[in-house]
Amino acid sequence: MAEWWADIVGRFIHNFIAEDRWRYMLDGLGVTLLVTVCAVVLGTAIGFVVSIIRSTHDKTGRMKIANAICKVYLTVIRGTPIMLQLLIIYFVIFGAVTIDKRIVAIIAFGVNSGAYVAEIFRAGIMSVDKGQFEAGRSLGFNYTQTMTNIIMPQAFKNSVPPLANELIVLLKETAIVGYIALQDLTKGADIIRGRTFDPFMPLIAAAIIYLIIVMIMSKGVSILERRLRRSDH
Amino acid sequence: MKKVLLVLLAVVMVFALFAACAKNVVEDAIADVVEEVGNAVEEAGDAIEEAIEPDEEVMTLVMATNAEFPPYEYHEGGEIVGIDAEIAAAIAEKLGMELVIEDMAFDSIIAAVQSGKADIGLAGMTVTEDRLKSINFSDSYATGKQVIIVSEDSDIMSADDLEGKTIGVQGSTTGDLYITWDYIDDGLAEIERYNKGVDAVLALMQGKVDAVVIDNEPAKVFVSQNEGLVILETEYVIEEYAAAIAKDNEDLLEKVNAALTDLKESGKLQEIIDKYISAE
Repeated sequence: MAEWWADIVGRFIHNFIAEDRWRYMLDGLGVTLLVTVCAVVLGTAIGFVVSIIRSTHDKTGRMKIANAICKVYLTVIRGTPIMLQLLIIYFVIFGAVTIDKRIVAIIAFGVNSGAYVAEIFRAGIMSVDKGQFEAGRSLGFNYTQTMTNIIMPQAFKNSVPPLANELIVLLKETAIVGYIALQDLTKGADIIRGRTFDPFMPLIAAAIIYLIIVMIMSKGVSILERRLRRSDH
Repeated sequence: MKKVLLVLLAVVMVFALFAACAKNVVEDAIADVVEEVGNAVEEAGDAIEEAIEPDEEVMTLVMATNAEFPPYEYHEGGEIVGIDAEIAAAIAEKLGMELVIEDMAFDSIIAAVQSGKADIGLAGMTVTEDRLKSINFSDSYATGKQVIIVSEDSDIMSADDLEGKTIGVQGSTTGDLYITWDYIDDGLAEIERYNKGVDAVLALMQGKVDAVVIDNEPAKVFVSQNEGLVILETEYVIEEYAAAIAKDNEDLLEKVNAALTDLKESGKLQEIIDKYISAE
């Protein structure tokens, strides 16, 4: 048992302490969190605008051109792998310019996530009973007032669980940014693996870190859901 | 419900960790048992092995490589060809085995050979102290050197000018290791570690990095295929290429070394190298 423990400690030191290798993990974690948080903000903004355009079109038949553009966006983004979108944005769209790769990753994941968030929001808006909308209009609210005061607050509440799911998916999807030589948590673990030839320690450590972040996120979301439920009564 | 799930998840995680960590303990125990039972088990093992792999069937020699490294290994017409592929084929022929090539990420090759997923690793791989800790190397079969590729109008004239620049490399290659030791650990330059050498060269073409450090032969291929790039005259590091073989596979190591000696003496080895390198 003591021998086994000494082996584990030795491997831990070799993988993380020697040559300051823990820096790869810590710096990588910083990049992962930065890309995820910024991409969520960008994705939510895009998703919000797109969902408003789409549901306005569905409800009133206005904004035909904007709706068509949104439909193309949703089809293209949801119809191609995020991996290819990332490589295309880095090597093709920003091919001729030097740009911080973190910005490339944020744009790629933000634009990608926006498509999914748009459909989540739209589903949330459409799930609010039609009677709510009619009641708002008959109280004298115009379309915009009805949407902002009556529909959206209820739509948001309906959207929280799938939105949390999208956030978790996004965090884990950022693990592919290593393909554009951006050193996130996964790439950091992979670099250590390439240096020490010991796959166990760095890969399991990275997996545990992702898991902990996801568990914290889930906890936060369940608190938010509980808080939102208070208005039900 | 959520709490139950959380607890269940935690238990599964702890169990998985413990199981993985306790592997060594279990392995020791198994080794003892095997020793006690002794020859009986060994004989049974041999009998089973013979039953599974009859003598008349040709054994396979699985080679792990990263086929993005011309002219040592690259994809051509749906097959993996190159100096390493041909040398491995010649070794396999000498051993009376059939060669199977597995293409994977460069930094996975040593793990694949170590774990027995592949028998031998040929990937223009340099013998280094760190790698020798986890794996055995055959006799060297070729000499390589690390060179610096820059664009024609670059102000980088030698390795000393790399200070303060952004350097592109293929991750976990010796180019990556040397640059990390010489520049990055001291904060003298920035590094970008790509999964493929060609991606690093593409980044150089697009001005995303200032220089690429990579092995000489692939460098020549990349420069010949892309206009506006040059290789600096001064070489960065000289190194020896060898085949990686698992530590516990001494038998194969001896056989491969014997085959390499034969190939060197018969001139076949040089023939293979000349075929690819003089054809540039």
